[in-house]
Amino acid sequence: MHSTATLEPSQTVAPKASLRSSAVHSVWKTSILFTLVTAALVGLVYPLVLTGVAHVLFPRQAAGSLILRNGQVIGSELIAQSFTADKYFHPRPSAAGNGYDATSSGGTNLALSNAKLAQRIQSDIDRLAKENPGHPVPIDLVTMSASGLDPDITPDDAYFQAPRVAKARGLSEDAVRALIAQHTEGRTLGLLGEARVNVLELNLALDDAAK
Amino acid sequence: MTVNGWLQYAVYSLVLLATVRPVGIYLEHVLEGRRTWLDPLLRPVERLIYRLCGVNADAEMSWREYAFAMLGLSAATLVFTYVIERLQANLPWNPQHLANVPTDLAWNTAASFTTNTNWQFYTPESTISYLTEMLGLATHNFWSAAVGIVVAVALVRGIKRTQSSTIGNFWVDMTRTTLYILTPACILYALLLVWQGVPQNLHAYTAAHTVEGATQTIGQGPVASQEAIKMLGTNGGGFFNANSAHPYENPTPLSNFLQILSIFIIPAGLTFMLGRMTGSPGHGWAVFAAMFVLFTAGFAVAYWAESHPYGAIHGATQTATATLPTGNYEGKEVRFGIADSTLFATITTDASCGAVNSMHDSFTPLGGMVPLANIMLGEVVFGGVGAGLYGMLIFVVLSVFIAGLMVGRTPEYLGKKIEAYDVKMSMLYALIFPLIILVFTAIFVLIPQGLTAMSNPGPHGFSEVLYSFTSGAGNNGSAFAGLGTNWWYNIAMGFDMLVGRFLMMIPVLALAGNLAQKKSVPPSPGTFPVNTTLFAVLLVGTVLILGALTFFPALSLGPILEHLLLKSGQLF
Repeated sequence: MHSTATLEPSQTVAPKASLRSSAVHSVWKTSILFTLVTAALVGLVYPLVLTGVAHVLFPRQAAGSLILRNGQVIGSELIAQSFTADKYFHPRPSAAGNGYDATSSGGTNLALSNAKLAQRIQSDIDRLAKENPGHPVPIDLVTMSASGLDPDITPDDAYFQAPRVAKARGLSEDAVRALIAQHTEGRTLGLLGEARVNVLELNLALDDAAK
Repeated sequence: MTVNGWLQYAVYSLVLLATVRPVGIYLEHVLEGRRTWLDPLLRPVERLIYRLCGVNADAEMSWREYAFAMLGLSAATLVFTYVIERLQANLPWNPQHLANVPTDLAWNTAASFTTNTNWQFYTPESTISYLTEMLGLATHNFWSAAVGIVVAVALVRGIKRTQSSTIGNFWVDMTRTTLYILTPACILYALLLVWQGVPQNLHAYTAAHTVEGATQTIGQGPVASQEAIKMLGTNGGGFFNANSAHPYENPTPLSNFLQILSIFIIPAGLTFMLGRMTGSPGHGWAVFAAMFVLFTAGFAVAYWAESHPYGAIHGATQTATATLPTGNYEGKEVRFGIADSTLFATITTDASCGAVNSMHDSFTPLGGMVPLANIMLGEVVFGGVGAGLYGMLIFVVLSVFIAGLMVGRTPEYLGKKIEAYDVKMSMLYALIFPLIILVFTAIFVLIPQGLTAMSNPGPHGFSEVLYSFTSGAGNNGSAFAGLGTNWWYNIAMGFDMLVGRFLMMIPVLALAGNLAQKKSVPPSPGTFPVNTTLFAVLLVGTVLILGALTFFPALSLGPILEHLLLKSGQLF
């Protein structure tokens, strides 16, 4: 077979489909019916059945991993809440709403080239450096998370805050550090993600130990 | 960068590779109408859907009929979602009593979900009711994903068939994709997510009395059911504003691993299906290899850049310890760290997913350029479900055309002569995309309504506008999310997304129809084989060269300029 480099037009033109008015009508009818039928299936049956099954199999997670004390919801294991007292570990700074607003998640979206970001980080570093002189400030303590609701801090961050917490509670630093070690969760299967400490759980453990 | 980070990449790649064959075979079975192990359960449901919708399952369609049905369904579903958004205050499952969505935002959102973009100009937890999430938005995640898959399959049929005037039945393909692929996978996947901590309930938001005595309102809802299809269908629209960075959407490193795997699992399986259906398994693997190379390159750059931020955060510790890797943590979550955040950012933009587990706006200039460039290359690196494969097949056609020009032969692709009409349709596809991105960006950096929405000064503000129109046209949906919103963006982005979806699908279907009616010619010594390493290299080169020629000037005004200035210490 001899072929040439020139492009020939298609030998047969693609078949002219007959889009008669009846065919047009039937496409509309099928489109609308298909929309309604499949919407009922994947928009109602699927999520509602799943809600039921999830509630039976994993009731705690399906309800949002809430933590109850004395019958009252005090927060969720997965959602950061504000801590400002010296006796508690502090979560990462938050850009969700006015801070830790769990109906308005989000990050700052500040660019690294934005002077506002550089100034904010620098002033936080200056403040924290006084709190624990001689130790480098962990990066996650002065950067805002993507969700504003990051429930975790890095172990380094927790150890950095340990002297302040120990002093406020009249505990030895070693006792606080032991508690941090106990609440440090390593990488999943030793591989995935990064090591982390859940702030709310650690603070609740501190309060429980004080009782 | 850490050894662990690269190990996570390696394990991810191996697991993905292991899924390619079984997923590809299953996809072929479903889409070629063969028996599957779910038949006893689903066959009656399938027949019921055909009966209710008046579908003749045995009829075949020409490409024009197929395209017309696709457009008809997309229009019907768009209106359906718009109406629900506008009525949500009067409908059930709205425990927070959220108001009706305003007209311009409802238009933008309906267009966004119809086109598989899932761009979100709103904060879902304070705007969208549970019913709208389930019935108005999650449904689109199924439909738009299925539309992508069936168009890709139609194109593969066009390649496979000879002297045929038809390319399949749109309604049958849609029904089988939804019923046999997406729904069963989502049920299993959603339950795994609930197990990891993703909520699934219809309760009103919980008022928590915090340890320090404040009140915190915790937004929840039917998250897991939506999360599953959001990732598997490469849709990407979050239940919450923070998307997959929100601890309720993506609570653990394991849920994160499942999420990035679920983005690529169908697109990667489709490459195997391509090889099987066209009778050239080597070709499927060559396409897979080209995609994999581009994925790895993107990850390497993003991971390196985010691990080496600039002077702005030098005051904080930048010495890696056993527990704390260095890097840019602004807009990133501790449980994911730098490696998982950049891996997610690369994958979500290689595909047209657009879910995020970190804020791309706060990436370093070069780190943020990777997701942007990934979308600009056409999201052909595995890509959106279906959309990635047909996008890459356009580049395949262009590659064999270029190879044909180099050796002076009529280009052939798997036995089909590639002629003027085919190249025209491919070029149409390749040109519409940059045209809308660059024209819209140019307009919006000139008008005041475009400029006031920028949230960051300097070149980064330009990058925000460029990213938004690129993401919209590419039907990605991720954002440099600092960009504000107004009426102008809502309307323009709506058109950007619709053009980027449907005006690009029509040339694909036209190409499918034209290829289907051709004769098959036996391979000759002059045929350029499409199952070789050489072909994969040429394909990667075509994707990169076309992308670079089109977008380099725009990139140099945004991230590249910002990088050079920031490196010399310039802030804005």
